[in-house]
Amino acid sequence: MNAAAPILLEMRSITKEFPGVKALADVNLVVRAGEIHAICGENGAGKSTLMKVLSGVYPYGTYDGQIVYQGAETRFSDIRASEHAGIVIIHQELALIPDMSIAENIFLGNEPRKRGAIDWKAANRMALDLMARVGLQEDPDTLIKDIGVGKQQLVEIAKAFAKDVKLLILDEPTAALNEADSRHLLDLLRGFRSRGITSIMISHKLNEIEAIADQITILRDGRTVETLNIQDGVDEDRIVRGMVGRELSSRFPDHTPKIGEVFFEVRDWNVRHPISAERQVCKNESFVVRRGEIVGFAGLMGAGRTELAMSVFGRSYGVFESGTIVKDGKEIVLKSVADAIAHGLAYVSEDRKALGLNLLDDIKASTVAAKLSKISRHGVLDEVREYQAAESYRRDLRTKAPTVDEGVAKLSGGNQQKVVLAKWMFTDPDLLILDEPTRGIDVGAKYEIYGIIQRLADQGKGVIVISSELPELIGLCDRIYTVFEGAITGELARADADPETLMKQMTSTKKMQTR
Amino acid sequence: MSRFKDLQKNLFGGTTSNARQFGMIATLVGIVLIFQIWTNGLTLRSDNLIALFNQNSYILILAIGMLMVIVAGHIDLSVGSVAAFTGILVAKSMAEWDLPWPAAIVFGLVIGAAIGAWQGFWVAYIGVPAFIVTLAGMLLFRGGNQYIGNANTIPVPEGFRKIGSGFLPEVGPSTGYNNLTLLLGLAACLAVIWRELQSRKTRREMDADPAPMWISILRMAVMVGVIVFASLRFASGRVGTSFPISGIILVALVLAYSFYTRNTAGGRHIYAVGGNSRAAELSGVKLKRVNFFVMMNMSILAALAGMIFVARSAASGPQDGNGWELDAIAAVFIGGAAVSGGIGTISGSIVGGLVMAVLNNGLQLQGVGTDKVQIIKGLVLLLAVALDVYNKRQGRFSIIGSLTRGLRRDTPSGAPPSSSDAGREPARTTVSG
Repeated sequence: MNAAAPILLEMRSITKEFPGVKALADVNLVVRAGEIHAICGENGAGKSTLMKVLSGVYPYGTYDGQIVYQGAETRFSDIRASEHAGIVIIHQELALIPDMSIAENIFLGNEPRKRGAIDWKAANRMALDLMARVGLQEDPDTLIKDIGVGKQQLVEIAKAFAKDVKLLILDEPTAALNEADSRHLLDLLRGFRSRGITSIMISHKLNEIEAIADQITILRDGRTVETLNIQDGVDEDRIVRGMVGRELSSRFPDHTPKIGEVFFEVRDWNVRHPISAERQVCKNESFVVRRGEIVGFAGLMGAGRTELAMSVFGRSYGVFESGTIVKDGKEIVLKSVADAIAHGLAYVSEDRKALGLNLLDDIKASTVAAKLSKISRHGVLDEVREYQAAESYRRDLRTKAPTVDEGVAKLSGGNQQKVVLAKWMFTDPDLLILDEPTRGIDVGAKYEIYGIIQRLADQGKGVIVISSELPELIGLCDRIYTVFEGAITGELARADADPETLMKQMTSTKKMQTR
Repeated sequence: MSRFKDLQKNLFGGTTSNARQFGMIATLVGIVLIFQIWTNGLTLRSDNLIALFNQNSYILILAIGMLMVIVAGHIDLSVGSVAAFTGILVAKSMAEWDLPWPAAIVFGLVIGAAIGAWQGFWVAYIGVPAFIVTLAGMLLFRGGNQYIGNANTIPVPEGFRKIGSGFLPEVGPSTGYNNLTLLLGLAACLAVIWRELQSRKTRREMDADPAPMWISILRMAVMVGVIVFASLRFASGRVGTSFPISGIILVALVLAYSFYTRNTAGGRHIYAVGGNSRAAELSGVKLKRVNFFVMMNMSILAALAGMIFVARSAASGPQDGNGWELDAIAAVFIGGAAVSGGIGTISGSIVGGLVMAVLNNGLQLQGVGTDKVQIIKGLVLLLAVALDVYNKRQGRFSIIGSLTRGLRRDTPSGAPPSSSDAGREPARTTVSG
């Protein structure tokens, strides 16, 4: 349908330089009206920079090249100018105010007025209309903090419609969504397409791109590699090849597990919600981990996997009720994170920027942060040992940074994750709990992180992987537990795990027969 | 890179703490020189330097504690009232309960610790924002001072006054200078040289090239020059005056707390809490303990500052410590600390405090009225922080930031920045590319 469609947007030989770095070099992008155009590339390939040029975050004059939009060259001076032209960008980190209602958020900065005052009647009516268009069934007075991430995403899109959007740009729209919400969002995008709205979508989830995109532009190292047409039979491997410039023989490194004895066991674990005490977030959960084993935890968003992991990790979540932890045959009580670290547990959180790292630190300080005692004598830190430790992990994990003096805020997602991994490897744990270890990370870095996880297992450590991506769990884990509404509902060996079975157990209330 | 830039980087930047301190001191020297010229040499006269130290040592002591409070992400508005409250109790303990003055000092520190425990309890364990707790404390302890002292002044005995207005005594042969002050200066010179050499050694052990030798020598020469000049000035004052005791207390505290904040696990935990408290907690940092400690420590230092002030003014009164919290907070922010916590250094705050002190002193020497001095100080605070914020946003060289933190976040000239995909999208540091 779209080969003949008129060109809506053309970005011609865009070049954007930062001091010392060429972020974009001669990038070309052609988007036709009414299509879904995906932009792929590894982290640091220049996707976000390109979108910032387009939306006026980097105003005209700070880049070289031309933007032709709706047949005329445009020179946006700021975001307001691009929004005025109908280009709306929805960032991965949602820009909503949690303590305001849906309607208030939709019309924030754009409030319908009557004689100077906000016309709330009209706002609510228009909000309902916009919400219907994105398939969001909620009271417009509901506060943003009371609805899930998936619905918040829809509010963002409704907000874009309030601005009369012609070109919708979504940056990693499904990164934080579970499978059901993702599917809903993709359906929504298809619906927009049939109504003639053009979308640009940045995503690392290649299966989604394959399922939804009409055209795919691949960036690598700040340059346009190619634009693929989905009708020419493009599959995931083809996209990966373009992104990394080489064929990844497999998405997962080859690995023969060396599984030993059970060394870590959680029995009858019960935890209550930290604020509403009547809510039980962990219901009688029990699981075991063997040495050298990679154990997966599958579940939908909100199933309570993170809550389980964090409550085991020194009661860092919720109100502990009952349950025992047995490690190496002995019962241990972990009342604080410090206890957990001392007993050889490590927890790599799902949100590396909010919970995993102090973004003011450099790589050095981040690497040693969870076990300062290892580089200090009588509480006095040894700078040289700190440097050496950080440097050896940087080399070992191939963290891309000129030196370990580099601030972690400057690193890309994949490299930040490597620093977080180094931080926890530095504590010499026996059991590593990795919560969404590859979220928002590009394909090449994912492969490397899988390799690191396998190496850790081969050293005789137990590894727990919590992930919302089923292919990742199936490809990486030796055994997978499924969690639904705070209870463990199933356990599958790698050989028996397939997406359908997992999904069934992830959504069933029936408790499986424990062996 | 041009030779000039190379020099600038090596002198004012670099990754060693020595270099950072050098940069800060250079800035202060610049300001001093401006006033020295403007006041026709009054600023650096012995008596003026001594007075400058005497009048500001207690504010600088507060700045030490305030830096730690601000780095941890809090604020303390009660320091002036706590100082006054401690002052009146200590004065009363000596005047009415006949406590000997050394015991009274200990008593004062215990009061500070008790007040600190009280405020730390509310901040750390109940979770009331420090702004509120210390705003309440500001009223509580100001009222407490006036209630206990009946809004009167209470004089303190001679021995006690030493900590506020005493000087290093005259000992040894008559050299025309105060010998102890000279010895102190000599010790400081040796310490500077030792640290420079030590840091070169550390750099080598980190497989990094230390700055060229001539740079190190230049750096040491300038530092030693400043110290020699200062010690000669302090040592050659009116007979009976020399380096003040309160200055010695200050120097000792600065050294101890700099070491604590920079080189110990406990110190690093404060930065971790201020930088990202949730991440710190999940790394095993005892959040409550750290918050409790910084609040308590602040009140102990406030108690000490209060006692030094009382000792200097020979009596405790109801208006002691008015507005101190603002001077201390200003010193910390001029010294490059971040309002949101996690960033700042003790030495930066001291320099920030000294900048304010020199400004105050120089303007007064010129006969500028207190009204105008306040206006100027307000503008300096605003502009200093605004410049810092502006430079940071522009991604440019940040003057105050670089002075306090050095250029540690900068890419060393040898490594090509393009090898890291981090640099490619500098403005966006998110998980997606």
